[in-house]
Amino acid sequence: MAEIAANARHDPEAAAATRRYFWARFLVYAVLTLFAVIYLAPLLVVVFNSLREQSDIARNGLISLPRSFRLDAWAQAWGTYCVSGTCEGMKRNFFNSLWMTIPATLISTLLGAMNGYVLSKWRFKGSEILFNLMLLGVFMPGQISLMPWAFLLGKLGLTNSTYGLVLIHVVQGISFTTLFCRNFYVSIPDDLIKAARIDGAGFWRIFRKIILPLSPPILIVTVIWQFTGIWNEYLFGVVFTSGQQQPITAALVALTAGGTTARAYDVMSAAVLIGALPPLLIYLFGGKYFVRGLTQGAIK
Amino acid sequence: MSTRDLTVPVTAPATPWRQRLGTIVPILVLAPSLAASFVYVFVFTLWTLYLSLSSSSLMPTYGFVGLDNYASLWANRRWNIAYTNLFLFSGFYIVGSMAIGLLLAILIDQRVRGEAVWRTIFLYPLAVSFIVTGTVWSWLYNPVDGIQAFVRGLGWADFSFALTANRNTAIYAVIITGIWQSSGFAMALFLAGLRSVDPDLIKAAQIDGASVSRTYRKVILPTIAPIFLAVAVIQIQFAIKTFDLVAALTRGGPGVSTTFPAIYVYDLMFQRGQIGEGAAAAMMMLAALAVVLVPYSVWIVWRRRAEGRNG
Repeated sequence: MAEIAANARHDPEAAAATRRYFWARFLVYAVLTLFAVIYLAPLLVVVFNSLREQSDIARNGLISLPRSFRLDAWAQAWGTYCVSGTCEGMKRNFFNSLWMTIPATLISTLLGAMNGYVLSKWRFKGSEILFNLMLLGVFMPGQISLMPWAFLLGKLGLTNSTYGLVLIHVVQGISFTTLFCRNFYVSIPDDLIKAARIDGAGFWRIFRKIILPLSPPILIVTVIWQFTGIWNEYLFGVVFTSGQQQPITAALVALTAGGTTARAYDVMSAAVLIGALPPLLIYLFGGKYFVRGLTQGAIK
Repeated sequence: MSTRDLTVPVTAPATPWRQRLGTIVPILVLAPSLAASFVYVFVFTLWTLYLSLSSSSLMPTYGFVGLDNYASLWANRRWNIAYTNLFLFSGFYIVGSMAIGLLLAILIDQRVRGEAVWRTIFLYPLAVSFIVTGTVWSWLYNPVDGIQAFVRGLGWADFSFALTANRNTAIYAVIITGIWQSSGFAMALFLAGLRSVDPDLIKAAQIDGASVSRTYRKVILPTIAPIFLAVAVIQIQFAIKTFDLVAALTRGGPGVSTTFPAIYVYDLMFQRGQIGEGAAAAMMMLAALAVVLVPYSVWIVWRRRAEGRNG
């Protein structure tokens, strides 16, 4: 670099090229920075407001650097803020979401892994067709299934319960998890399976000893994808649960809709962040897998 | 494909019952998921189809009324608003997020420093729910507290930015937020595409003296053309299913100006007790998805076959 700069002093053409290069680089970073600001601004606004005093927000506006600092809003949003009569904050809804998301993620991923294993390594007549039929579930709009689910959940006694939502998310998730796992297992050489079968290994033994040890990459992708999707889901939550049984997405809408008078932006900001935190943390720590899931889910 | 077929029993010293078990176990494992998917995809769809042809109002009933629900749906002004919004939103949303996504992908592809950081910043909105995004942006659009108040506070006293307060502009608030949320997604796919282009191809173009922009226009972008289509198809799906974003951002308002098909289905079924007509609207959503996805799938299969023949 220094050498180029030194030479440039003597050679006008090289100097022009260096300048052009410099300005091109500058432009690249300038545009990227501009977009980064646009992307980060809403997050910063919410984080700041969750830490500011309500009086500071009222006086200096929603978009402003914090001139006060306190954690009260977080405590209120978590445990004591009142929504339509009950003053328990978001805590219960947060755990509803957790107890809905974790079982639904694990069950659908496990089923997906076994289905993927069968559909890639134990094909039978018609298994390709069955696979394609299962894939249709990926594209189904939730609205189509609302009335049937309402009826079924009613019959099973699962209306207004987290278990009902787990059931819905497992059934809906199977097509995704099967697709992910099947496409991954297809790339495991069949000779490996054949050799194991000649050695007398059966269906489960091959699954445990060969398939599962090779699976972590795809299982992580699938778990992240399912967790994020189910945690963020809103339609089924708002339709099939109410009040204290609601997952956090539905509760957030209820919280921010209520109170048309002085809006408690500090508490609402903290509540929004509580709702956003689990998937955000997963994204920050598992970003690589998150992106892989995205591109895999999309390309297919 | 037949070479992969492992169900043909291997001539190993296995007893007949074990052999039979060997072919039954996989099917048994698959059976529950298959049954669930079958019910979910086919039974539920036919069920809703039937409801859409029934006289169901507050409760599902099974009196057959033919296409009455569809007729009254299409005669409804609010449904008209809903699908007009869908077309408007889809157009701007897809073009906008693809344009920004491509720009960001190309910029990041210029061997910038801290690539991972840039990528993380542009993609994080996708990890967060539409509910969170919609809620936060509804505050930013709020003329009293949000961006308008901020800019006025900086000294520009007549600055006006009140998209969500006006029936005619509220849809653009939804569009802007949608683009904000998903251009990172387009970026990720485009970037993956750019990285998969054969480096020799690019080198050849450079040796021929092509400028950077010419190389992109004539060599790189045509190679990743299928990705444009994939991104567009996925985003049309998002658009047709749009519900959470609008529910959190504008709740369909002001008035009914930002009604979307999915919002309308929810309203008919659960707020107005018109289950039959709601089911008809849900079937129209399914039809819209099919119009996009069926030709796309056919094209994908056809392309794969063609590749199989050539390679």
